[in-house]
Amino acid sequence: MENGTASQGEGRDPSGFLAEIIGNPVTVKLNSGVVYKGELQSVDGYMNIALEKTEEYVDGVKRRTYGDAFVRGNNVMYISADS
Amino acid sequence: MSEGEEGPASEPLDLVRLCLNEEVYVKLRGDRELKGRLHAYDSHMNLVLSDVEETIYVVDDEENDEGDEKIRVEDDQEIKSVTKKSEMLFVRGDSVVLVSPIEKS
Repeated sequence: MENGTASQGEGRDPSGFLAEIIGNPVTVKLNSGVVYKGELQSVDGYMNIALEKTEEYVDGVKRRTYGDAFVRGNNVMYISADS
Repeated sequence: MSEGEEGPASEPLDLVRLCLNEEVYVKLRGDRELKGRLHAYDSHMNLVLSDVEETIYVVDDEENDEGDEKIRVEDDQEIKSVTKKSEMLFVRGDSVVLVSPIEKS
């Protein structure tokens, strides 16, 4: 294995996964426990996220909706593709 | 790579750029929210806002400040909100959680 870019097939690394699910509905959980469900518009290297048609859930209860939302990457615990 | 058809909005910071000179909602760490007009931002999400209303959600511990609204009651604890207004505010990026444009009606 050479340093850095391993010989992985396309879309087999984490950022490849993120690129694949752009435009799809996703669930984003933050370290605070707050969950956002929306359409993934874009992600960058800091894991900053732009979401569309977003719903905010606190303790499983819907609290708010946003047409567009920017989420600062440091708060992100995970991004999950909704099937 | 399939990109949405919304043109140049291909990285998250573009969304914030589109909010410049618009009213935004900002969610901060520590149950705080801001609403104001976005004048400037950078890659740290440091923000400059004008005509800002800050809302702080606090669990009531008996010290009743007048003028605070009571939001809801949960497990005998009252969640209150305190609002503060500022003409101009610089927000350090590390406390920012979410930025969203406020839909105009």
